[in-house]
Amino acid sequence: MKDDKLTRMLGWASIGLGTPLLLAPARAATALGIKDSPQRRAAVAGVGARELTAAAGLLGQRSPMWLWTRVAGDLMDLALLGQALRNRTMPPSARKTALKHDDRAGRTVAATAAAIAITGVDVYAAVSRSLRPRDTIVTLTATVTVTRPRNEAYALWRQLENLPTFMAHLDSVTTTGPRTSRWRAAAPFGTTVEWDAQITTDIPGERLGWESVNGSSIRNEGEVRFTPAPHEQDTEVHVRIGYSIPAGKLGQVIARYFGEEPHQQLDDDLRRFKQVLETGEVVRSEGAPWGKRARQEFPQHPARPLTAEELMEVRS
Amino acid sequence: MKANCWVKPNTVRVENVPDPAILNRRDAIVKITSTAICGSDLHLLDGYVPTMQKGDVLGHEFMGEVVELGDGVDQARLRTGDRVVIPFPIACGACAACRAELYSLCENTNPNAGLAEKFFGHPTAGIFGYSHLTGGFAGGQAEYARVPFADVGALKIESDLADEQVLFLSDILPTGYMGAEMCDIQPSDVVAVWGAGPVGQFAMDSARLLGAANVIAIDKQPYRLRMAERAGYTTIDFTQVDVRSALLELTGGRGPDKCIEAVGMEGDHGSTPIHAYDRAKQAARAESERPHALRQAITSCRSGGTVSAVGAFGGFIDKFPSGSWMNRSITLRTGQCHVQRYMKPLLKHIEEGRLDPTRVITHTLPLRRAPHGYDIFKHKKDDCEKVVLKP
Repeated sequence: MKDDKLTRMLGWASIGLGTPLLLAPARAATALGIKDSPQRRAAVAGVGARELTAAAGLLGQRSPMWLWTRVAGDLMDLALLGQALRNRTMPPSARKTALKHDDRAGRTVAATAAAIAITGVDVYAAVSRSLRPRDTIVTLTATVTVTRPRNEAYALWRQLENLPTFMAHLDSVTTTGPRTSRWRAAAPFGTTVEWDAQITTDIPGERLGWESVNGSSIRNEGEVRFTPAPHEQDTEVHVRIGYSIPAGKLGQVIARYFGEEPHQQLDDDLRRFKQVLETGEVVRSEGAPWGKRARQEFPQHPARPLTAEELMEVRS
Repeated sequence: MKANCWVKPNTVRVENVPDPAILNRRDAIVKITSTAICGSDLHLLDGYVPTMQKGDVLGHEFMGEVVELGDGVDQARLRTGDRVVIPFPIACGACAACRAELYSLCENTNPNAGLAEKFFGHPTAGIFGYSHLTGGFAGGQAEYARVPFADVGALKIESDLADEQVLFLSDILPTGYMGAEMCDIQPSDVVAVWGAGPVGQFAMDSARLLGAANVIAIDKQPYRLRMAERAGYTTIDFTQVDVRSALLELTGGRGPDKCIEAVGMEGDHGSTPIHAYDRAKQAARAESERPHALRQAITSCRSGGTVSAVGAFGGFIDKFPSGSWMNRSITLRTGQCHVQRYMKPLLKHIEEGRLDPTRVITHTLPLRRAPHGYDIFKHKKDDCEKVVLKP
């Protein structure tokens, strides 16, 4: 929204209209063909204040809600202008000459026409901007308890190359520097997405934080905390991951790929982290022989031994 | 190899399937010498356990010889050529549940834990041949089976005991024993056991072993009651008498001190209308169990007594007698058996002659006749109590 030209233009237009109305309501009223009175002056100043509030919203915030406040304001203005026109209603016989001589009425008619035009633009902007999809921020949290000390749990995670062994969506993580790494994830239709990440927090045995580096197509960041569990040798692992899923078609595909329940996927990732830490590897069954791909396989392979070809596929 | 597979509700078939292969480093491949049909297999047969798939290999009671080991197996514990009994819950030996000897709650062995969690609130361990909800592991009604974490679960048999004497250490003997153990039996206790199937029979034997003063068997199959009678237990046929009155009569009006439920989700009831009520709700999937025995055990138990449930349940029940349970201080205990905890002590009881598991075997069939075994076991034909299959 911030980069939206039309929204920005409407914001500046609000400033342009609101400032004189608020600062010089008497002159503004005259310009609009409204007869001056303290009451009307207050109303005009109020409209000015409203416009400036809308301007602040349009220029400062991302929400299309502010466009709708403009539409509401337009309707209010049209009502006021309509009132001003009706006040001048007179017998038809007198109207023609009166209008000719009263250019205040002409100004009110012109202002009304302008307001109708502006209302059209505002409605268009509000409707189109409300329908336009926005980036979705998905924040996931999950936690698991492991029967290993904190430094062991931390060490398994800190060796970032280990992450793909238990995180379903990751193909590989390659360390590229002391704090930087390159991540590759499977994407729909056999494609992959890659991004660079950097470690933002690293307190051995306690906490590890990371975020994608600027310019990544999928912005994401995450944190894992290792805290002591009530049982003295055990560790609680708390993970939080935030993804920014881009708007539009690509985003829809990615969102679908993450599944209806991304929480479930992170829970399963942590279960596998626990399996690797406590037993050395991801547990496989005949029904779920692919280990970390288990969730995507329902209905699963039957719970019967695999054929030679299936085994080759699983082991490759 | 040949394996007994689930095809659809009420149909199992022996099929040719690939031989099992090592999938994890601590796997063993076992050449099966004896395997059995469990009462809980009947729940799978009947289609009451969700997430069964066509082609799933059934069976979770089996034993045999280790013929192949993964490179991660602790060779000090297990070697090829060892004769082993395999416990039905698959346990890693490293998680908090295993540390507490709650092996059927192992936190690491169910690859479908996320699914199990949806059904149960928290996931449970992997089980051989027992639906994808418990992991999707191929079962042991076959010529060979893959056994994960073989160095944790497998019990080595180093004496010359026959298969028939040790096979049931895989499930039904420890399950019956745990049913009795959860009752915390005192020397003065009268113990009533609902269900005189194989697990019920072993619960009776275990209650006696743990010192119960008297053991009462409740069932409706005359041959099952006769089997209990032959072993020295008092019997009640629930189709002939009112169970509660009979129990009061046998206990001086107190009710049994401890009650063991060894029936589970497909119970029968002496009262036709009550049975029809639960059967109809079950068929409409408005209730997944027919918990007559559990209800009756709770209402029959002495005030302040214990009800221990080892029959298999999977979903939800209606008309739980919460008033009786709460107001009369009934302790309710249950669980899938933590088999690994009981195998060694029970093997010792067998070796020293205090338990004779062979007494429940009524049929020994070749593996290829497994479907017939399911049929006679389910329909109580030919006085069928327990079927052992030979691959």
